[in-house]
Amino acid sequence: MTSVLQPLIGLGNWLWGVLAAVVVWIVGLEYAPAVLYLIKILLLILCIVVPLMLCVAYLTLWERKVIGWMQIRIGPNRTTFFGIPWLGGLAQPIADGLKLLVKEIIVPSGANKFLFVLAPIMAITPALAAWAVVPFGPELILADIDAGLLYVMAITSMGVYGIIIAGWASNSKYAFLGALRSAAQMVSYELAMGFALVCVLMAAQSLNLGDIVRMQQGNAGFLNWFWIPLAPIFLVYIISGVAETNRAPFDVAEGESEIVAGFHVEYSGMAFAVFFLAEYANMLLISTLASVMFLGGWLSPFPQSWGAIGEPGFWWLIAKLFAVVSSFLWFRATFPRYRYDQLMRLGWKVFLPLTIAYIVVLGAWMQTPLWIWWK
Amino acid sequence: MMVESVRRLFRTFLLVELVKGMLLTGRYLFARKITVQYPEEKTPQSPRFRGLHALRRYPNGEERCIACKLCEAVCPALAITIESDQREDGTRRTTRYDIDLTKCIFCGFCEESCPVDSIVETRILEYHGERRGDLIYTKPMLLAIGDAYEGEIAKDREADASFR
Repeated sequence: MTSVLQPLIGLGNWLWGVLAAVVVWIVGLEYAPAVLYLIKILLLILCIVVPLMLCVAYLTLWERKVIGWMQIRIGPNRTTFFGIPWLGGLAQPIADGLKLLVKEIIVPSGANKFLFVLAPIMAITPALAAWAVVPFGPELILADIDAGLLYVMAITSMGVYGIIIAGWASNSKYAFLGALRSAAQMVSYELAMGFALVCVLMAAQSLNLGDIVRMQQGNAGFLNWFWIPLAPIFLVYIISGVAETNRAPFDVAEGESEIVAGFHVEYSGMAFAVFFLAEYANMLLISTLASVMFLGGWLSPFPQSWGAIGEPGFWWLIAKLFAVVSSFLWFRATFPRYRYDQLMRLGWKVFLPLTIAYIVVLGAWMQTPLWIWWK
Repeated sequence: MMVESVRRLFRTFLLVELVKGMLLTGRYLFARKITVQYPEEKTPQSPRFRGLHALRRYPNGEERCIACKLCEAVCPALAITIESDQREDGTRRTTRYDIDLTKCIFCGFCEESCPVDSIVETRILEYHGERRGDLIYTKPMLLAIGDAYEGEIAKDREADASFR
């Protein structure tokens, strides 16, 4: 593997050298390090955002396929690359993206144009920014900050502003109702989610996402992960995550049968696509965080003593992420939408007391010899 | 009573019902798919299928229609327009027989009402018009369809005859 990558790394180093020379020639030796640092960060951001956007695009295809299969249908299978028949359906996300790109963005009369355009940006920014602290591997992390978990909480909470602004700026009652519902829902489930994260923080003794994964290391493979001691919290987190991303069965914010499409009724073309991207990027983010906090992140589910199969690696995280995100689609294909009051009841009367009670239980448990999750 | 409520609590918190539902959809994930992929695959058609109309002829080449205008009278969508006149040999024949397919609801009443089995509905369903008026079918067009598909039309009437 490494030997294959060796020429590539060499080429990368050479290109970087050329770039550095060009930068020095343009801005002079004095400012070159700062500019180069900036370029390096930008390149790293691109390294995360570009694959993420590809994942989001293909997640939409995967969703349509899985839901199709569960409804005994086939799903998209027509669009191909260069007419190759066995690639049937694989070009669908590209075709959808191109279609949305060339469509007109209609700004409703009476809409606040500035906020109308700002809203999708506000929605997608946190969905992308949160990825900065996600550890993809032992060393694969853009910003290895100590308050990673707090950063994630803070950033993802910003997502609700995009939705509220979208609903308000649209000058449409459906959009406004959808935004109100969505705001109430996201704020409610944020609480349960926050308390769930407190449990993780207690168990891991750290806010650093990399350290949280390292705490789950052990000789028992997947039995060392936090999903066992924190099983109820894991469930609460997954369900809150579904609610937080406004996905079925908690998609009252979109509620096709009641308020057409909720906060983004008035959006078309790329503005709509950005909301769509934000929703799916958030889904991926929630799944990744669930994998990192409860399913051992990059760790192998097998004991380390089993040789190659027990080696930690980037691909384990991808596999876990894929499993969690697929279960989101599975939920959507299975459950009918919650009624609005049921949704609020679940958030405030079930999850909130449950998580708070579990914090106490966990605190007590950790003081006893029965707590065996640390070496 | 007590036991029952405890059991209910456990069933609720262990999400038993939800897991059952997910197992059901999970099974369907691997079920054989029933989608008919249209242009390549088609659903079977009944001999009674009501598609595009046709005017039939007798085996000797004489057109069947006697301009009785029963079809025009029975048509609930008023899609049929008929004008008639006397031919040189003294028989009554249509001079105009138009069906506006944009009005037609394919109920099959015209076919039912016809005393000489002249106007029929064929199995043809893949046709279209590209300009306004393309879907108003005139007498020569309908006769041409009848001539082209007479074999199939006759076979379908034959298959359905014993049920009439």
